[in-house]
Amino acid sequence: MTTAASPSRVEIDYTGSERLTMNMGPQHPSAHGVFRAILTLEGEQVVGVDAVIGYLHRCHEKLAETLTYAQYPSIASKTDYVAAMTSEFAYVRAAEMIGKIEVPKRAQYLRVIAAELQRVASHLLWLGTWCLDMGGALGGGATIFLYCIRERELVLDLFESLVGARLLYGFYQVGGVRYDLPPGWPEKCRETVDLIDRRIDEYQRMLEENPFFLVRTQGVGVISRELAQEVGISGPLVRGSGVNFDLRRTDPYSSYEDFDFRVPVETGGDCYARYRVRMVEFRESLQIVRQALDRLPEGPVSSRPGLKSVAQVRIPKGEAYARVEGARGEVGCYLIADGSAKPYRMKWRGASFSNLAVLPHIIPGHKVADVVAIMGSVDPVFGEVDR
Amino acid sequence: MAEWVYPLIAPFIVLNAILGIVTYVTLLERKFAARMQSRIGPYRVGPHGLLQPIADAIKLMMKEDVVPTAADRPVYILAPVVFLIPCMLIFATIPFAPGLGVADLNIGILFFLAVSAMEIVGLFMAGWGSNNKYALLSAMRAVNQVISYDLPFIFAALVPVLLAGSLRLSDIAAAQAGLWFVFYPVIGQLAFVAFIVSTVAAENRAPFDILEAESELVAGFRVEYSGMKFAIIQLGEYAHVIGASFLGALLFLGAWAGPGPEWMGPIWFLLKAMFVFLVVTWVRWSFVRIRVDQILALSWKALLPATLVLLVGTAVVVVWRTPGV
Repeated sequence: MTTAASPSRVEIDYTGSERLTMNMGPQHPSAHGVFRAILTLEGEQVVGVDAVIGYLHRCHEKLAETLTYAQYPSIASKTDYVAAMTSEFAYVRAAEMIGKIEVPKRAQYLRVIAAELQRVASHLLWLGTWCLDMGGALGGGATIFLYCIRERELVLDLFESLVGARLLYGFYQVGGVRYDLPPGWPEKCRETVDLIDRRIDEYQRMLEENPFFLVRTQGVGVISRELAQEVGISGPLVRGSGVNFDLRRTDPYSSYEDFDFRVPVETGGDCYARYRVRMVEFRESLQIVRQALDRLPEGPVSSRPGLKSVAQVRIPKGEAYARVEGARGEVGCYLIADGSAKPYRMKWRGASFSNLAVLPHIIPGHKVADVVAIMGSVDPVFGEVDR
Repeated sequence: MAEWVYPLIAPFIVLNAILGIVTYVTLLERKFAARMQSRIGPYRVGPHGLLQPIADAIKLMMKEDVVPTAADRPVYILAPVVFLIPCMLIFATIPFAPGLGVADLNIGILFFLAVSAMEIVGLFMAGWGSNNKYALLSAMRAVNQVISYDLPFIFAALVPVLLAGSLRLSDIAAAQAGLWFVFYPVIGQLAFVAFIVSTVAAENRAPFDILEAESELVAGFRVEYSGMKFAIIQLGEYAHVIGASFLGALLFLGAWAGPGPEWMGPIWFLLKAMFVFLVVTWVRWSFVRIRVDQILALSWKALLPATLVLLVGTAVVVVWRTPGV
């Protein structure tokens, strides 16, 4: 075994028992998307893992060069389709940074509301699918999964009445957001937020008082603080390993400094620590939504006039890297503009892609069943990994 | 009626009754699970989805029966049958009412436990014959698990045997005329809990369903099976669970004892067996699956010593309470 400080791959010495190579994916019930892990097994023990990605590559970055600044945000949502708002956010922020475009306060608050609701929806899906991985489609996991999906639907209903879409939104635009709140939306949002808050308590009791859940997650897939920093993981993973890093706090954007929230940090580094971090994040996100609704200023929702043609938004020559704290970690967008209506070059920094890099370091030495628990706790979305 | 007619008719009736019960128990489980998950469950086929099991059976019969090229053909084809036979045979010694059963052997419970453990042969054949890595891993897990949990299962089932002083199932049922064994102070409840836990594990139900573990092993030993072969494996599995539920109702819940006239006996027995089944189902749909090493540790380090101590304790109590020993 290597020490955790050097991020070279963990290799387990040959013990003499027969080895078995087993494919997990790209089509497998617990692959979150199309991920292929080639596992080398000795009995139940995993001694090596090769991660193969790229099955969902859709030329997103090249595509960005062919679409205008007005068009691409709707496509950006397709990178991380589980938290679609986040990638739109990063893209429009990059464009605004180059063009030095002011965003009205109301639009900034609406962006925060959408981003935080999106985080809640994404974490709900994570909790459901993670338990599904551990508990089986024909077992207790399915029960939690269906509960979580029920609540996620409520958030999607909110998005639907705001944007008109349930999965890929195109809500963010250079200079602001596309729509103002429809009448009655804040009240509906408050109700939903309160309901989800109560339900999360319920899930937490259901899981944390369940010894089977604890033995499956505690001490499994430990990412040490050193490894976390060297591999470059972000989001709940790095906070579960004792690193206090949250872009909303360390590099505030879009008026995040106005809100009062906690950044949860756990030192365990195991699946359970990551679970705890996300459970606190649920509450903090709901808290931010409440605060934003309370203090929502009046005013325009965009600093730019309404769009008459797709090529109307022109960004001056320049380049910028914008990053936002997505549900899975740091989502970054590097944009080079050449003064036309389309970017010259664009590069994504997907949170899932960087987080996935930690898998070969932590999986060997665990049992087959732990592989799915660890994979689920990393919470990758393959649209964002392969782009 | 001639002497030889009964042994011919009784198994025929019991076998068909079991098939009928198993078919509808799947619907019961689906409805129950649906309520737990705030869903409705099967609803479209027939009133309240009552024809759903029939539709499922027809669907499975119409499916293409695929045999993998690389499979060990005779083993692969034989496995579902080998799996089904012990699952059906366990019903042979269960008396459904006084004097109503296929064979009331004087070693009835021994027969039940012995035959019930035989399902592992079919499981392993299915896992081996499929020539699939997932299936092979699952078969390995199956052997581990079934061997580990049959012992506590047997020890827990032997507690009522000691209390009743007989291996004959009808005697055990009759011994509970005054007091159901589940209400026997301390011993009864502990044994019942141990019995439920080891039933869940020995039947490979979640949270101990590591051999089908679809998040790791896709579908485990039956990953290559389709059509009627798959249906037969499912049938066997459910029959085994129902058999164990009947055994639980007989050993701990007083079998056919209940208010009402005597002909109500079998109905009470069925209701109690369904209660045990629903407890097992309730456990299944509430817990996440545990890992294979944790399952084995639970059996060998906790359940087996506990049931052993319980058994010895029961023996001491029985000797102490029996006058004139």
